[in-house]
Amino acid sequence: MTEPADPHFLRPLSAPKADAGKALSFGPDKPLKLDCGRALSPFSIAYMTYGRLNDAKSNAILICHALTGDQFVASEHPVTGKAGWWKLMVGPGRPVDTNRFFVICANVIGGCMGSTGPASIDPVMGKPFGLNFPLVTVRDMVRAQAMLLDALGIERLLMVIGGSMGGMQVLQWAASYPERVCAAVPIACAARHSAQNIAFHEVGRQAIMADPDWKGGEYQLHGTSPSKGLAVARMAAHITYLSEAALQRKFGRNLQNRDALSFQFTPDFQIESYLHYQGMSFVDRFDANSYLYITRAMDYFDLAEDYAGQLADAFRDSPVRFCIISFTSDWLFPTAENKRIAHALNAVAAKVSFVEIKTDRGHDSFLLDEPEMFDTVHGFLNAVAHAEGAA
Amino acid sequence: MNEAGPAHLRADLAAIAEMIPGGARVLDVGCGDGALLEYLVRTKNVDGRGVELSQQNVNACVARGLAVVQGDADADLAEYPSQVFDFVILSQTIQATEKPAQVLAQLLRIGRQAAISLPNFGHWRVRLSLLFEGRMPRTKALDYHWYDTPNIHLCTLADFVDLARAQGAVIDRALALNQNGLAGEMSSNAFGPNLFAQGAIFLLRKN
Repeated sequence: MTEPADPHFLRPLSAPKADAGKALSFGPDKPLKLDCGRALSPFSIAYMTYGRLNDAKSNAILICHALTGDQFVASEHPVTGKAGWWKLMVGPGRPVDTNRFFVICANVIGGCMGSTGPASIDPVMGKPFGLNFPLVTVRDMVRAQAMLLDALGIERLLMVIGGSMGGMQVLQWAASYPERVCAAVPIACAARHSAQNIAFHEVGRQAIMADPDWKGGEYQLHGTSPSKGLAVARMAAHITYLSEAALQRKFGRNLQNRDALSFQFTPDFQIESYLHYQGMSFVDRFDANSYLYITRAMDYFDLAEDYAGQLADAFRDSPVRFCIISFTSDWLFPTAENKRIAHALNAVAAKVSFVEIKTDRGHDSFLLDEPEMFDTVHGFLNAVAHAEGAA
Repeated sequence: MNEAGPAHLRADLAAIAEMIPGGARVLDVGCGDGALLEYLVRTKNVDGRGVELSQQNVNACVARGLAVVQGDADADLAEYPSQVFDFVILSQTIQATEKPAQVLAQLLRIGRQAAISLPNFGHWRVRLSLLFEGRMPRTKALDYHWYDTPNIHLCTLADFVDLARAQGAVIDRALALNQNGLAGEMSSNAFGPNLFAQGAIFLLRKN
């Protein structure tokens, strides 16, 4: 059924000491059925685990990553050499304590860190999928994760947690597999992608596709890379992850390495240099086509649509305990969107907590040092683990 | 974690706690810092939820492992389904709501029983204070100026009984609260306590 795959995708490592993680391949007998009607077969899922699964298999926690995240949630990134993207949340002694819990984080399907995605070789055509890769949805990502857990012999998750697109996956997990989830923690997310968010994503996609090096998505065959387009997409998106107050506080109108305006189009302002840096460092670790596919998956996300427009029906009779967290300055996934989920859960008398955290650091707050978020997750997870007799 | 009995709880909360049987499904509206909810969850194994206006209180409750959402008794009760909770609690809050009659109607709809505690504006000290000083009364229990009080809909116990009856509620129990805590059961018309009790707890249900 499944055999360990060689994580070949990670060969050009700049941080060779980092744990490159594992990957599971699913053969022709285990196709991934997609919402678009097509199936992906064979396919691989790359993942990391931390901590130890207890004998009762009752201490497993799944972390769902965001748009540009990956499976390296709590350990060094093998390409960038940077520390895990959620090391403040996950690790020994952290709120998601890897001394107590067994943590799994998988690269989403469509991604570019080892799970099958548009940069993978299409076995039929013998060349990278490119735009022949089927459109995937958040539900497809979750379906693939469920297959991974089946293969790992994990029937039930103590908790599923994630921010942004990770939060969408958490909601989808609770809706699709309520019997497999004890607790769900969607952070800074929404049950549907808003018009404004789709608009920002479309700007990013158009930037990529306008780059002549994109070559209709076949840049791998041409030996090019649409890095300029991808960098612009990242720059535009990055603004939406911050807040006006935080930008003003961090950068204001400060000039970069100069005392006066240059009267040229080179970056005068610190905020410009900062965005350039964000764009350029992103293209080293992310595939442009993956960016197209994953942003599309987020755009398509509308959980209520699968339940005749009634979000509450996604959670009717749900045994899952929810803890929803939002941030006051997050304008990409504002509190109102998170509260809408809480309202739907109240409407079916589900067990729900809802916490809004005051901060000026915008959507990215969920990745940052926000003690109130850590206290919330720590307290919530403790209560769940206590109730379930796990860890 | 509160391992102690309800003795450490505020008197009205301790009395409400004693009314609630183990394992009940409870919604505490205006649960504050979660003291009652935590006691009920830990010692009575209730399936407890809370609604609280102050985000700071909500966050503290959730960090203690309680299921609490930020919300407003006036605005957010309508979304709950009918008769899903065994008990709905509203302690020392109804006088601070914008629309007490609607809040009471929602409580009776959501819960099979509603436990409501409230201060008594008919207490003799309050009456004398207004009579002799000619100013809006300030008491230990209601220590605000008229212009900064959150208690915008104060009532006497008799007033509350009238509202409950007008809403078609049955008063299962009525307990008077004096300065030292609980004074005991009172007749449902609350005639004496309306003058002498500092507050009361009513256990109501929809007829």
